[in-house]
Amino acid sequence: MEYGLAVVVLLALVAVVVLRPLVLGVGDEGGDSATREELEAAKEAKYREIRDAQLDLEMGKLSKEDHRAVDRELRAEAIEILKRIDEIDAPAERSSEA
Amino acid sequence: MAGLGSACLLVGLLTALYAAGASVYGARAGSRAAVASGRRAIYCVAGLMVTATVVLQSAFLRSDFSFQLVAEGSSTDTPTFYKFTAMWATQDGSLLLWALLMSLFSSAVLFATRRSLRDIAPWATAVLALVAGFFLLLMVAWENPFTTLASPPAEGAGLNPLLRHPAMMIHPPMLYTGYVGFSIPFAFAIGALIVRQTGADWIRATRRFALIAWTFLAAGIMLGALWSYAELGWGGYWAWDPVENASLMPWLVGTAFIHSIMVQEKRGMLKVWNVSLIVATFVLALLGTFLVRSGILDSIHAFGASTIGKQFLTFIAIAILGSTALIVSRLDDLRSRAKLDSLMSREAFFLVNNLVLVGLCVVIFWGTFFPLISEALSGEEASVGPPWFNRVTTPLALVLVALAAIGPMVPWRRASRSGLMRSFRLPISVMAVTLVALVAFTDSADSPPALVMFCFVALVLTVVAQELARGTAARRTIAGDPWPRALGQLIARNRRRYGGYLVHAGIAVLFLGVAASSAFDQQTDVRLSPGESFEAGGYDITYVRPTAEVGRDTSGTGAPIVFGAVLRARRGDAVQTLHPSRNFYPSQNAEAGPIGRFFEGEATSEVDVRWGLRRDLWTAVRPDIAELEPAIREADAKFADAGDDVQAIVIAAIVERYREQAPPASFRAIDSPLVSWIWIGGAIMILGALIAIWPSPEARMRRVTSIYAAKLGKELSSA
Repeated sequence: MEYGLAVVVLLALVAVVVLRPLVLGVGDEGGDSATREELEAAKEAKYREIRDAQLDLEMGKLSKEDHRAVDRELRAEAIEILKRIDEIDAPAERSSEA
Repeated sequence: MAGLGSACLLVGLLTALYAAGASVYGARAGSRAAVASGRRAIYCVAGLMVTATVVLQSAFLRSDFSFQLVAEGSSTDTPTFYKFTAMWATQDGSLLLWALLMSLFSSAVLFATRRSLRDIAPWATAVLALVAGFFLLLMVAWENPFTTLASPPAEGAGLNPLLRHPAMMIHPPMLYTGYVGFSIPFAFAIGALIVRQTGADWIRATRRFALIAWTFLAAGIMLGALWSYAELGWGGYWAWDPVENASLMPWLVGTAFIHSIMVQEKRGMLKVWNVSLIVATFVLALLGTFLVRSGILDSIHAFGASTIGKQFLTFIAIAILGSTALIVSRLDDLRSRAKLDSLMSREAFFLVNNLVLVGLCVVIFWGTFFPLISEALSGEEASVGPPWFNRVTTPLALVLVALAAIGPMVPWRRASRSGLMRSFRLPISVMAVTLVALVAFTDSADSPPALVMFCFVALVLTVVAQELARGTAARRTIAGDPWPRALGQLIARNRRRYGGYLVHAGIAVLFLGVAASSAFDQQTDVRLSPGESFEAGGYDITYVRPTAEVGRDTSGTGAPIVFGAVLRARRGDAVQTLHPSRNFYPSQNAEAGPIGRFFEGEATSEVDVRWGLRRDLWTAVRPDIAELEPAIREADAKFADAGDDVQAIVIAAIVERYREQAPPASFRAIDSPLVSWIWIGGAIMILGALIAIWPSPEARMRRVTSIYAAKLGKELSSA
């Protein structure tokens, strides 16, 4: 009896939580904000690599020539990421100006 | 309350299956609502598992013996502290712990990625739900921790006395957290493979979870070693026991994974290798859980034969075959564009480090399963012992420690000759001086592997110190900070790098203790009467007198009877007094007699260790109570029907007789040099891992972001 009642009550509670997005919709989840969050993470990772290379240069592990080559490549990759973030931000900025 | 617990399991299973179904449907149909519903279902599973755990733990605390698990694994006289541990001392309770941790970890990662990885996350949710569902199915169908007894006993069987140790309170949850934690990157790797998004996004999202899992597994292994050293009564910390090996193998492959994902993050290389490593780590974690419970291999840790071995093996087989098929079908997507620029680069050394770690895992796997392999091939079960493991793993461990020194000195992509010369000069010099000093002033040369290890440890520690000094100097040049602030800023701004270096230092210190204690320890086994002496290592030890106590267990394990000894150890002018003892727990076997059962139950060694930075003196005693046998039999016959109070007085009298007329007792003493550095190294390792895990403050990230954004903007405009 206790078991059966508990199953019914728990199932009802779970259903309320789980079915909510199906009934009421999901609001602001995913879409451009999801892609932007991934790009922000990629940007942070790329910045960390640039800082690592800079630290290696200052510690004498990388020669100036090697650092220049590595840094140029990393910055080019960072710029690509920034461009993609801009592409996402631009329509939002245009709509807010309008 | 048992009904509520069982209901939580059944509803949890149904909810996990729903989570898998809704997530897959949401991913295939592009329904964000279905994906969100699947994610919420995982949160619900976590809530249900928390509820189930509270129900079970409260039953243990109340000593509610209507729960079969409580009757079999606890008793009214089990100390409250250990009633908490009793849940994971049983198979059913362990499964509930797995499901609890699994659902909590899954909820945490799905909450963290709720606005990112839109394509990968639903598939990862489905994988996580299916793993949680498997453990719930085991409990619902075969091993329900909420099974009740129609006629509950008045008293429980009590917790296995060997498990009554503080390290054992947290060792299993630590290991399980490690095992479960690795299922997070595994699930996201599978998700990434399914949607063919094999870049570094899934790694960035789950890297911290992999590190947390690694840290918990490392802490669990260290606590297990400490428990073995301080509780099991044989004097060692690692016996190459199958269950010990089962926890070490996923840790080794997980370590390889944590290194190699950095190569994928920075260079886009080793994609096939990385997904293969995380699949192997997850499978080995499942195997570790299975080995503890299956009883298929003889182990001091195998707490009972399993009824769920076939189910576990089926699930492991599905995980291996499914993951392998997926990887093979995605080989084109996993092909790396980048190539190795130079063999003298960090990524090249990471690759070597990976091969050594996986090599170690392979030989340990072979040694662990050799009994099964030999039985399958020859029909006779044969096993390899610690000498075999020591012989095959020592060379690999030496290479590993050397790589822990070389790796940090080599930059990514390529190293210049002058840079390498500058980095290696001091560490190589210190290593050479260490070698000369050890050969000249110590006996280290008696054990060449230990001597080489000591030199490599010096190399690692010098490299880490040099890296910190050079980094701090560079930081001072940039910011003009004083040394302490510059050092703090250096670590705070580069937590992954310097946390990792600290882990390397911890590993080196740990191996210092392992090499010294295993090569130069001196073990002595003797049988002595009170007043006699023996020598152990550099100690002169005297058996001063026996001890015998009733109801005064100072170790806090609830043992009613404790026999022991007072030892006096002299080394030069220093004198130490030690109190090793042996706890006796009552047997539940009625045939042992009302008095005899107190002397014929399980007994555990309570060793006395004098911890020291230079050496430990470890002592254990095994009292011979055979001479009490006639008195016990006589008391059983005379006082079988007496009240508890009278029986307690009789037991006290027998115990007192041992104290007054003690027969010779067996002693083991071990003089073990530098063994404390194992625990110190382990603590340094965990501290380093915590630094690497700790997230950067948002404010700092924003500031740096703006600086680099400005720099990059300038370059863009000038390009």
